[in-house]
Amino acid sequence: MSTATTSFFEPASVTSSGRPVLHQAEVECHLLSSVDIEPEPTTTANSLDFPALKSGLVILTTYRLLWLPSNVTTDNSNPIAIPLSSVTHIFSTKKSIKSMFHSPRIRFQVSIHSRSVVVTLVIRGKGDIDVFLTKFWDCWRGRAWEIGKDSGGGSSSGSVPASGSVSGGGLYSSDGSVRLVGVSGILRKEQEMWESTDKSLQEAFHDLNALMRKAKEMVILAEKMRQKLLSGSSSQSSSGNDEEMGSKEEMQDWLLSVGIVSPVTKESAGAMYHQQLSRQLADFVRIPLEKAGGMINLIDIYCLFNRARGTELISPEDLLQACSLWEKFDVPVMLRKFDSGVKVIQNKSHSDEEVFARIKNLVSKPEALRSGITASDAAMTLGIAPAMAKEHLLTAESKGLLCRDISPDGFRFFINLFPEINSDDIHL
Amino acid sequence: MTGRRRSHCPNCAQGFFSFKSRSTKEMQKLGDFKLPQFFNYPPYFTLQPVRDTREKQVQLWKEFILDYCRTQKIFVIELEEEFPLFSNHLIERSLSNEAREAFLSALVSEGRAEWLDRGHRKCLILWHRIQDWADILLHFVRDNGFEDSVMTVEEIRTGVESRGNR
Repeated sequence: MSTATTSFFEPASVTSSGRPVLHQAEVECHLLSSVDIEPEPTTTANSLDFPALKSGLVILTTYRLLWLPSNVTTDNSNPIAIPLSSVTHIFSTKKSIKSMFHSPRIRFQVSIHSRSVVVTLVIRGKGDIDVFLTKFWDCWRGRAWEIGKDSGGGSSSGSVPASGSVSGGGLYSSDGSVRLVGVSGILRKEQEMWESTDKSLQEAFHDLNALMRKAKEMVILAEKMRQKLLSGSSSQSSSGNDEEMGSKEEMQDWLLSVGIVSPVTKESAGAMYHQQLSRQLADFVRIPLEKAGGMINLIDIYCLFNRARGTELISPEDLLQACSLWEKFDVPVMLRKFDSGVKVIQNKSHSDEEVFARIKNLVSKPEALRSGITASDAAMTLGIAPAMAKEHLLTAESKGLLCRDISPDGFRFFINLFPEINSDDIHL
Repeated sequence: MTGRRRSHCPNCAQGFFSFKSRSTKEMQKLGDFKLPQFFNYPPYFTLQPVRDTREKQVQLWKEFILDYCRTQKIFVIELEEEFPLFSNHLIERSLSNEAREAFLSALVSEGRAEWLDRGHRKCLILWHRIQDWADILLHFVRDNGFEDSVMTVEEIRTGVESRGNR
C-alpha cells in the first residue's frame, strides 16, 4: 500500500537523528505536527488516488514541503517530499460554520508527470494555520529553487563580469570596459571581484531578512575562502612561515563553524522547537565530539553551537532541555553528569573502562611511580581537555584506582597502593 | 627477583618501594626506629577522600603512631609541634593539621589515646591500654613484694626495680 504513495511522491532523505537532509540553499520556514495528507477523491480519469498518510510532521522549506512520519521505526510509510515547483494552485481556506468544528484543512493542487491531484493537509495538532498558509504562499511565490538553478557554478555574482571579458583582441572588450592585459589585468579582475563581494556583504548586513536570503551566497563565499586557504597552504613549501600557517588554520576552523544555513528557530517550529533543536544538536555535535576526543564540556558545545547558528541564538536552558530529550530518541550521543557537577556530552559508545585502563597504564610508568601525574599529563596522553581529564582522574580515584597527593607542588595522582601495603613486611 | 624486574611490576607495593629506596643508600631510621616503606609514598601524607582508601590509610597511621610511641616511650603528642612522624623531608611532604587531628581522633575512638584538652591540641598516647597499665603495675608490685607497702609515684617511676624492668 505504501509503495503506491512513494511512487507518486518522491522520497525525502533523513539523517540518523530523524532530521531531514536539506539541499544546499534550502531554508526551513515552518513546522507543523500531527498532520495527515489526504487526496481529494475526484472522478477525473487523469488524477491518481493515493492512500492517506496519517499523523506526521510537516516541514515547509523554501524548496519543498516535507512530510515525515512521527515514528520512523514503527510506521510503514516513508518520508516524502513535495517540490513546491510542482504545486500549481493553493486554494484559500473557506471559513464556515463547519470549519470551526473540524480540524483546519489546507488544499493545494499538485501536478507531477502530467498527473494532477488535489492534496489536503489536515492539521490535527496545535499550529497556527494562518501563519503557515502565509509562509506557504511566500515560499511558493518566492520560487527559490529557480534562483538556485540559475547561478549554478557556485560563484557569487561578482565573477560574472570578469569572466565575460575574455573575447577577441583589442584593448576594449565587448562590453566597453577597459581590458588590460598582463598583471594589471589580473589585478583589475581581483579588484572588481573584491568590490562586488564587499558590496554584497554590505547589502546583506543591512537587513537580517536579506541576510537569510543571502545565506546561500555567504556559505558559498565561505567555501571559496576555505578552498583558497587550503590551496594556499598546500602549495607553499614546508619551510613556510609557521605563524602564517597557524593563523590560516584558525581561519579555516572559524569558517567551518559558520556552517549551518538553516537554524531551527522557535518561530518555524512552534511546539516542536525542543525536539527539532535536539535532533539538530545531535547532528551538529558529532564533529566537535570527535575533535575533542570523545567527550566535550557542555559549555564548549553551547559556544560552538551558538556561533554556528549566527543570529538565532539559543539559551542555556534550551540547550539543557535539548540534551535531556536525547534519552527519548535513538541518537548516538548522551549527556553525562559527573559527581563534581560538571556536565559533558559523550558518545554512547564511550567506555569508562577503556579510559581507566589507559590511566592505569600512564600512572604505572616509572616517572609516574616516583612523582605522580597531574591533570595536564593525563590530558596530553588521553587527548582530551584538562578539565575532562581531571574528571576522569577523580572518577578513577573514587573507584579505588588512584589516590591523591596534595602538596605545594600541586594536585597529583598516584596509583593506589594502599590496599597492597600489609603490616608485616613493611620496613625499609 | 632482581631490582629491575621489581620496578616493572607496577601493582606490587614491593616494586614501588624498592625503587624508592634504591635512591636512598642507607636504611631510613628515626633514632633506632625502622621506618616503614610506605613512609616514602607521597599520597600517604594527604588525607584521602575515598572511603576505602581512607580506612586503610587511617589504619596504617594508627599502627605507625602506636609503634613509634611505644618504642620511643613517647606519651604525649602536641599537634602544633614538630613531630618526626608527621613530616618526611626526603619527599617534602607533611601532614596537614586536619589530617593529624583525624588520625589522632581515630586513636581516641579506639581507646588507644585521649585528648588532654578541649581544643584537641595535646593527645595522650596509650600504647598500653589503661587496663594493661593497671595489670603491669599489679604484676610489678607482686613480683617485687611491694604489697602492703606504700610507694610514691616517684619511687615507682625511677626506683631500682623499675629501671631493671625494661
